[in-house]
Amino acid sequence: MTDPRYTPLRERHEALGASFTDFGGWQMPVRYTSDLAEHRAVREAAGIFDISHMAEFTVRGAAAAEYLDYALAGRLSVMSIGKAKYSLLLAEDGGIIDDVIVYRLQDDDFLIISNAGNRDAVSAALQERTGDLAVAAEDVSDAYGLIAVQGPNSEAILAAVAGIDELTVPWAEQKYYAWAAATYNGKPLLLARTGYTGEDGFELLVAADDAAALWDDVVVAGEHHGLVAAGLAARDSLRLEAGMPLYGNELSRDIRPAQAGFGRVVVADKEDFVGKEQVTPASDARVLIGLTAEGRRAGRAGYPVVLADGTVVGEITSGALSPTLGHPIAMAYVDPSSAEEGTELFLDVRGTKIPATRTALPFYRRKK
Amino acid sequence: MTDLNSLKYSEEHEWVATDGAVATIGITDFAADALGDIVFVELPEVGTELSRGDVFGEAESTKSVSELYAPVTGKVVEINDAVVDDPALVNSSPFEGAWLIKVEIADGALDGLLDRDGYVAITEA
Repeated sequence: MTDPRYTPLRERHEALGASFTDFGGWQMPVRYTSDLAEHRAVREAAGIFDISHMAEFTVRGAAAAEYLDYALAGRLSVMSIGKAKYSLLLAEDGGIIDDVIVYRLQDDDFLIISNAGNRDAVSAALQERTGDLAVAAEDVSDAYGLIAVQGPNSEAILAAVAGIDELTVPWAEQKYYAWAAATYNGKPLLLARTGYTGEDGFELLVAADDAAALWDDVVVAGEHHGLVAAGLAARDSLRLEAGMPLYGNELSRDIRPAQAGFGRVVVADKEDFVGKEQVTPASDARVLIGLTAEGRRAGRAGYPVVLADGTVVGEITSGALSPTLGHPIAMAYVDPSSAEEGTELFLDVRGTKIPATRTALPFYRRKK
Repeated sequence: MTDLNSLKYSEEHEWVATDGAVATIGITDFAADALGDIVFVELPEVGTELSRGDVFGEAESTKSVSELYAPVTGKVVEINDAVVDDPALVNSSPFEGAWLIKVEIADGALDGLLDRDGYVAITEA
C-alpha cells in the first residue's frame, strides 16, 4: 500500500470543506457541498474541477507522428497542429489499456493525457513501443496541475481571469477539441477546449506550482457567473449523462474498442499498430448500450440486465438517477442478440425488475 | 424545531420520537450527510408489522443505497408520502419534514435505544 497522493490543490479543497475519496491512489475531492448542486451548476452555469491527478506524457522526436500511429489505435499523424483527438492505447490482444487525449503541439511534439489509475501502464506501453524510432516518450505528470472549467459560462469566466494573457487563439475562436497556448502570470499555459461533462468547457494545463493561484483566480473570475467547485461525484454523473465511458467501468483490458462503440476510433487500415491482429471482438462479445427507465430507482454498476423471464443478458457498468433528465439512466454491456431493437430488457435492481428502454448515447446533449 | 435531546436513537442512525404509543421514525442528519443527496426513498405499506432490526425500506443517494432498519417493534400506521415525492427533504429537514414512518409500538420497544449523548458519542467514534 503506497501513501495516498494529493494534488497541488489539496489545501484549496480542504478550505472548501471537501469530502475526499481514493481515486487511483489519489485523495480527490468527491464533493464540496452537494453532488446534485454541483452537477446542476455545471449544466446551468459553470463548475471548476481539480483533475491534476490525470497523467501527462510528452512524445517528441522526428518520428513522433509515425510512432503514435503505431502505438495508439487512431491515426494521429493526420491531425493538425492545434488540434486534440480522443484515442485508445491497446494491448497486443486488442484490449484497452487506457483511453487518452492526444494534443498536437508541433509537427514532432505531442502531449498525451491519460487516466490517473493507468499512469504506470501507459508509461510502460509508451516506452516499450518507441523501439528504434527517433522518438522519446516522457512522463511529465508531476510537473503539471490540470484544472477543468466546465459549463455554459466557462468561456466568459476564463476570459475574465486577469493573469491569463498572450493567447494564440482568441477565446471565441477556440474550437472544440482544439487547444491554444497562453501565459498565466507570464508562464506557459495550455488551454484546451475539451472536457468530460457534455458541456462547453476548458481544461487548463499549468505548472504544478502555479495551480493553486490559477484556481484562486478562476474562482474570483467566476464569482458573478455562478461558478462552483465540483467534485468527482458530479463529474461522474455529468459524464454518464453525456454518454462518456469511464475506464474501469465501460473500458478495460477485457474490452475491445468496437464493443464500447469505439470502432471508429480504431483505424484498421493502418499498416500496423499494437493490437491490430486481435482488435475485432468475438461475434458473441457483449456490446455497450444505453438504457433508460421510468421512476426514480436507478440501476447501478454491477446490477444485472435481464429478460422478462429473468435470464441474465448483461450487466450495468454505470447507472444513476439522471439529475438533469429526472429518470434513471445506465450504460450496460449486453449480449449482442439482446441489443437488437425491440428486445424487452429489464434492470434487476436488488431483485425488482424495472423495465428499461434502449436509448442512443448520449442521454443528454447540450443545446448549441 | 425538534429538541434533539428529546429523541431516542439507534446505532443504525434512525431517530425515534414518541407520542403515547406511536413512534415517529426518521434518519439523523449525520446519516443524511454521510449518504449525500438522497434521490429515492422506499417505505413500507401501512399495516406492515415490523420487528426491531427488520429492513423497512431504502434510502438511495446519488452514490449509494442504504437499507433502513426498524428501531422499534410494532405496526406501521402512517408513512410520509412527502418524502417519497421529494426525497431531498431527508437532507434539508431530517428531523422535521422528513420523518419516514409512524409505528404503533409494542410494549418495551424503546429498550436499548440511545439518548442524544450516547448517539453523538458513536458518531464521533
